[in-house]
Order: sequence, then structure tokens, then C-alpha cells
Amino acid sequence: MSTAAPELATVEARRSPGPWRTAGADLLRNRSALAAAVVLFLVVLATLCAPLYAHHIADTDPFQSHVSGSTVVDGRTVPVLTPSSTGLGLGVTPIGPTWDPAHYFLGADNQGRDVMARLLYGGRTSLFIGFTAALLTCALGTVVGVVAGYAGGVVDAVISRVLDVIWAFPVYLLAICLSVVLLTDGLHLGPLTVEAGSLWLPIAIIAAIYVPYIARPLRGQVLVLRNKEYIQAAIGSGAPTVRILRREVLPNVLPTAIVFVPLMTALAMLTESALSFLSVGVQPPDASWGTIIEDGLGLLYTRPAVTIAPGLLIALTTAALNVLGDGVRDALDPGARLRGGV
Amino acid sequence: MSRSTRRGAFAAATVALALTTAACSSSDSGSSDPTTSSSSSTAGSTAFQPQHKGGTLKLVAHAAAGSLDPQVNYTLQYWQLYQSMYDGLLSFKKVGGQESFTVVPDLAAAMPKVTNGGKTYTFTLRKGITFSNGKALTTDDVVASFQRIFKVSSPTAGTFYNGIVGATACLKTPASCTLKGGVTGDAKANTVTINLTAPDSEFPYKLAVPHASILPKDSPTKDAGTKPLPTTGPYMAASYDPNRALKLVRNPHFKEWSREAEPQGYPDQIDYTFGQTVESEVTAVENGEADWMYDPPPADRLNEIGTKYTSQAHVNPLTAFWYATLNVNSAPFNNKLAREAINWAVDRSAVVRLYGGTNLASPACTILPPGFPGHVDSCDYTKGGGKTWTAADLAKAKALVKQSGTAGQAVGIVTQDDDVNKSIGQYLQSLLTQLGYKATLKPLSGNIQFTYIQNTKNKVQLALTSWYQDYPAASDFLNVLLSCAAFHPGSDSSINISGFCDKGIDAKMQTALKTAQTDPTAANKQWGAIDQSIMQQSPLVPLINPKMIDFTSKRLGNYQFSKQFYMLVGQTWVK
Repeated sequence: MSTAAPELATVEARRSPGPWRTAGADLLRNRSALAAAVVLFLVVLATLCAPLYAHHIADTDPFQSHVSGSTVVDGRTVPVLTPSSTGLGLGVTPIGPTWDPAHYFLGADNQGRDVMARLLYGGRTSLFIGFTAALLTCALGTVVGVVAGYAGGVVDAVISRVLDVIWAFPVYLLAICLSVVLLTDGLHLGPLTVEAGSLWLPIAIIAAIYVPYIARPLRGQVLVLRNKEYIQAAIGSGAPTVRILRREVLPNVLPTAIVFVPLMTALAMLTESALSFLSVGVQPPDASWGTIIEDGLGLLYTRPAVTIAPGLLIALTTAALNVLGDGVRDALDPGARLRGGV
Repeated sequence: MSRSTRRGAFAAATVALALTTAACSSSDSGSSDPTTSSSSSTAGSTAFQPQHKGGTLKLVAHAAAGSLDPQVNYTLQYWQLYQSMYDGLLSFKKVGGQESFTVVPDLAAAMPKVTNGGKTYTFTLRKGITFSNGKALTTDDVVASFQRIFKVSSPTAGTFYNGIVGATACLKTPASCTLKGGVTGDAKANTVTINLTAPDSEFPYKLAVPHASILPKDSPTKDAGTKPLPTTGPYMAASYDPNRALKLVRNPHFKEWSREAEPQGYPDQIDYTFGQTVESEVTAVENGEADWMYDPPPADRLNEIGTKYTSQAHVNPLTAFWYATLNVNSAPFNNKLAREAINWAVDRSAVVRLYGGTNLASPACTILPPGFPGHVDSCDYTKGGGKTWTAADLAKAKALVKQSGTAGQAVGIVTQDDDVNKSIGQYLQSLLTQLGYKATLKPLSGNIQFTYIQNTKNKVQLALTSWYQDYPAASDFLNVLLSCAAFHPGSDSSINISGFCDKGIDAKMQTALKTAQTDPTAANKQWGAIDQSIMQQSPLVPLINPKMIDFTSKRLGNYQFSKQFYMLVGQTWVK
């Protein structure tokens, strides 16, 4: 008997695929999540092909104005921005969708730039900002949450109050305020300098404002973990704090942090779009889906595609990220599995 | 006067202008002027048509324009209304077209008698004029009104009226302003005498703008704000809530004394409502729910207005220009070749398109707008040469940038954040990038951009801005915008945004100002030459001369466009 139990445990261990593999298998069985992943993959793939489309198919520079430019539609050369020739001849209308990939597939914006090419480049920017900001938020939130929850006492009190203060501000208002201030001169923190027009500025702002959304639930989780017997035993046996955090605490909170990544990516993308729409996010000539929507605002009556196309892509991508996020959560949360969530 | 929004909205024009013209007006001298009239006729250009009298004229604007005090407010939005409410000793003629630049006697019975080498103006007041509160107009009211300009710190007190004897003391201590020896009234003779420290050929213009309105002597010596002051014109304000509406009704004491100075109005009531979006303003006018919209129609509605509502859209050229300032005191534009490169590179036709097309703007190559006194067709920066701009020369511009050795340098572009300004800024950014610069765009709110770009502390290299005339004189562009006296480093009131200061050109401007006192035609020729001399130095890039659209309801009749104050509101009829 004394040796049977370890043998059984070894056999069980050999048979068990492990929590991560189990979660992966669960995720693959989740059709909704799988469909969302496919959609995301296609969006990412398309945006990665932006230079290919712009330079080899549309033959255009999506960051350069073509106000006096022309293009070919049905074999005829036409101006990209067409002045009205009827009535009093007021206003100028950009060319609409031609559905010809080589010539303004989705039409032009008010600078005469190819909307399709800008959508692809804009997608790269929006996804890059969203994903990077989400990773930064989750990393920072995890560190802050774990430190606060494990250290307790004064450290916890100070960190928690700081988080409370950040949380107290409406998140968009805080982001707008930070952006307006930092857009003037950029960010200068000791040796760290971020230029005013850099993409890292919206990334830093978005990452910072969402930290409490990750840190607080993780802190709560760590507070519970800290009182678990095996942690108390490790502390009692004199194990170093770093080792306890790395081997006992982090593995337990990591699934939660991972679940947050796709959800935070969607949230960060929406925030970036809102900031860019308000002219305080991505700065021209860079494009993001938010800036393209803003570009199209003055064309809403004549060329709605300029606004609708990036709007649809934002909706599609964030919906896919949310569905995928739910799938990851279900896969990593055994409780959800027991409740029948697949 | 600067504007903060495109095609229409006069921004609160800056006190900036003040200090700048102040320096030059002291050296002005004046007597006669081609655009002033000595007529005191009461006959107007068109007779009043009583069958159209009555009804309520409905005006809409996105926002109100602040204080209703005519000596404080400095916006076109209300200056336009004041034409039917307040009067000065002189007035711009209330007619459409070029004649609207003519100054005529208003509360004065005739044009002033100018003596003492152009330094003394004597006015005889008309008799029988009564304020809307029932009190008769007296010389005391005129004297008190001029004192009040300083007491309420009118935006142009230090510019337009600083040449009046005693003005210096009034500017220092406004509360105790008496203008002793400057403005005196003789009740018995019914005359008012204004003494200047130096002749000023533009003084009649300055007396014809609303800041020189004559108000009752017991008017508060502070900004009246939303409280309407008694008027002399055909309308008076019955109520004013800047968040909701302004209601004008007939002044019961008004009797027409000069049709060309202050004609009888047609509508019985004028309702001006605020708070709608510009899009809904267009829809309201289309549906006949409003008779006129103050704000310029948005870009995506222009085609609709120009095709479906042709008879209701009125397009008028403005004596104004949009331009890009080049900071001549900092890199890269402290290099003349770099400045010339930008002037060669800018495709004015592209800017015209961004503004709304050829029927809403025309390419500019001079500082003085076409049709403006002193304007001469000339263009140093057009491909193939010529007197007007035809095409940009990008190759030449690139060669000049290379020759200047400034390629690769950073250039910040500051624009306002509205659609048109921002899109022109994006175009300039793209162009500068093509030329080899590292261009960045900084769109700022229209509320702050104009003062921001004036302050040298903000190190603005290239700014997009515009200038609309205060009155029809070449000096209002050249002297105000580009004289050495108009450059005040470190101040928000430095209207010479390029920081351009050429002593030789400055001397020529002083000569032209002196010439204007005796020979306006010769002076205008001098101004034309000065314009060309400045453009050879390339401190700025003239972009376009804009036009204005007035979109009116189907029922609105008798539309007249004054070049000075735009649509004559009181002269329109709705019956």
C-alpha cells in the first residue's frame, strides 16, 4: 500500500494531458471560438498584406494626398476628387467604390487616398495598438495585482488606493485628458521619451488606464491564494517570496490574466478608435480605423463607405475577440466546464 | 479680422490686431478717401416696398456669439445684426455690392468737416433721432459713447481709436476715461468734434464699425453682456439667451432718416435660435423651418444645395485670403530658398478643391485679394510664369529644398481642427513629406489656434490661417499682417505670425500711408508694389481667396450682400 499510491499517481500523471493541453482541446471543440479565431486570423492576414495590396495591386501611397490625382474607371480617366458640375457647382466629391482592386476598390477619402489601402494599413495600426496595449495592461495588471495581494498591509493599501483613484475617473475621459496633454509635447519619463506622434503614445495611455481592470480581480484572487494551506506551508518552510510567487501564485492567476488578453484587446481597440476619432489618438499621416472613420465623417452624405467600412471592421474584430475571449475563459475555467460551458 | 471657422464665422477677433495697427495708425494721416461719400441724401438705392413689410424672419446658428454689447462684441455674427440695430456717426452704406464699402453719414447729418491738417473732425448731429427707450439722441450721448469704448475695454480701443487725443490716458485708466480734448460736444450747435493726435486716412472707416456705435449716455460702463442696450436703428433686442435664442422686434421710436445709412427693415420680428447642428440647420432651411443659416453648410451637403436648391444658395466672393505662415526666424524657413520652395510646391488648385471647389474659392498668389484696393495681378510662383497662378512646380521646389540644405528637417504644421482646415493641413503635411521634410500636423481647437500660432514661444514653423478685412484698405492686410510693428515676440498678440520684418518694406508702407492722405490712387499703386516686394521674400504662402454661401429659405426675398457686413438681415423680407 505504501508504494501503490505513488505508482497510481504516476500512471494518472502519464494519462492526464495537463491543464493547458486540456484547455487547448476544449478551445478547439468550441465552434464559436474557433470561428472567431478564423475571422481574426483572416483580418490579421489581410492587414499584414497591406503593403502588397497598396504597392503591387492598387499602386498607390495611402499616406500621400492625391487631391489633384486621377484614376481609371471603365477605361476612362477620371479625377479622384470630382468637382460638382451641375447646378451651382458647389462641393467636391471623392470617387466612390469602383469594386476594381486596382483602382480605388472602396473609393477615395477627401485627400484622394485609396480607402481600401488605408483600411488595411489602418487595421495593422489598430490591431497593433490593441494587442500591444492589452499585453502591457495584462502584464502590468498582473504584477500590480500579485504584489498588492501577496504583500498586503501598507503596500496593498497604497496600491489599492492608487487603483481606486484611477478607477474613479471615467475611462474615456481619462484617456482623452492624457492624450490631449501628451500629444502636445510627447511623453518624457526620465530616460524614456515617446514622441508626440508616436504610436507608442496611445499604447501607453490605453495600457495605463486599464491596469485597475486587471489588477483588482487578480489582487482578490491572490488574497484568497495567500491563505491557502500550501502557500502557508511554503511560507512556513522558509521558501523565498520570489519562488513562492513564481511557482505557487503566478501559475494560479495566469489563466485569469490570459483570459483577459483577447477581451482587453477588443477594449483597447475600441478605445484607440474612439481617441483617434476625436483626433487625440493616432496622428496623421498614420491611419487607424478610428482616424478613417473621422476622415469619412464629412463625407457621410456622399461617400458613406469611408465611414461604414472601418466601422464594420471594428465591430467584426471586437466581436470576434470577445467570442474568442469567452472561449478561452471557458477553456481555462474548470468551473465553467462543470457548469456545462464548452 | 481673423476667423476661426471656414466660410463664415468671424472668430472673436483678437486683441492682437490692436497692438499692431496701433503702431501704424499713429503715423497715418487722412483727409479724403475714394470710398467715402459726402452725400447726406436720405434717398436709398431702392425704395421701401411696403407690401413686403411684416412677418417673422427665422435665423439659425450652431451657437450664439456672446455679449450683445455692440462696443464689446467683435464677431461677424452680431456685427451683421447690429447693422439694423445700432448706428454710429458714420456708417457703411446698406446696399449690396461694391457700394457697400462706401462710408456715408448716419447719425451725423453730413460727412465731417475735416480741418487742422486732417486731425480734427467736426460732425453735426441729425435732429429728431430717438433711442428705443424713448430718449432723444444728444451730443452728450456721443461723447459718452466714445468714452465708453475705453471704459468697456473694447477690443479695438487700442487700435482703431487710440489716435484720439486723450486715448492714451483712457487706455491706461479706462474707468476714469474722459477723452479730454479728444471728443467734445456742443449741445447748442448740435456738433461733436473729434481731435486726433495725427491724421488718419482710415478714421472714417473706424467710425463706421459697430464699436463706434452711439449708445445712451447712461449705458453701463461695463460689458452689458446679455442685457440689450437701447438702439437707434429699426430693431431692438426684446430678449436674449445665448443658449437658446435672440429675439429682435421693431424699435417703436425708429423713423428712417437715411435709406442708405439705416433703412427701414422689412420683417416685424427676427428670431435667431441657437443650438442646432450644422446638418440640421441645412435641413431646417430646406424644409422652410428656418430662413437662413449662419454657419457654412457642411462639405457633404454642398452638392445637394448646389443642385436641388440653386435659387436659395447665394455665393459671394469675400475680400479675404487663406494663407500658410512660414516662420522666417527659425529653421528651416529662416532660409529664403526653403520658403520659396513651399510657394512653388503648393498646388493652389488642390487647396481650392479641399475648400469646396472652384465656385467656392480661387487660387491666390498675392496678399491683397482680387478687387481689393491696391491689388495687382502678379505671381512669382507659378509654373511657366504668368500674372495669375496656374500650376505648381514640384521639381523646382525639390531643387530649391536641396539647394537650401534643409531637407530632412522637422516641420510642424499647426491648423485648426475643423474639417476644411485639417484637410488642408493634411495636404500640406503630405506635400512637405514629398519635399523631404519630416512633417507633423498639429490640429488645435479654433478657440486657441489663432493665439497659439502668434506666440513665438510656441515655436510654430508653419501655420494655416486666414485674414478677412476689417475695412477696405490695403494697410489692413499688408501693414497689419507684415509690418515690423506687428511682430511682438513672446506675445499672444503678434499678428505678424511669420515674424517678417524688413526695414525697407516697412519704410515703403509708411510712405504709402502718407500718400493715402492726399492721393489714394497713387497710394494703392504703392501698396500693390509692396505686396509684390513682400511676396519676393516669401514669408507666407497665399493659398486661396474664399467665397461665402448664404443658404436661404424659399420664401426669403430681397437678398442683398454687403461686402462689408454680408447679408443685410433687416432688408430681407419673408412676406
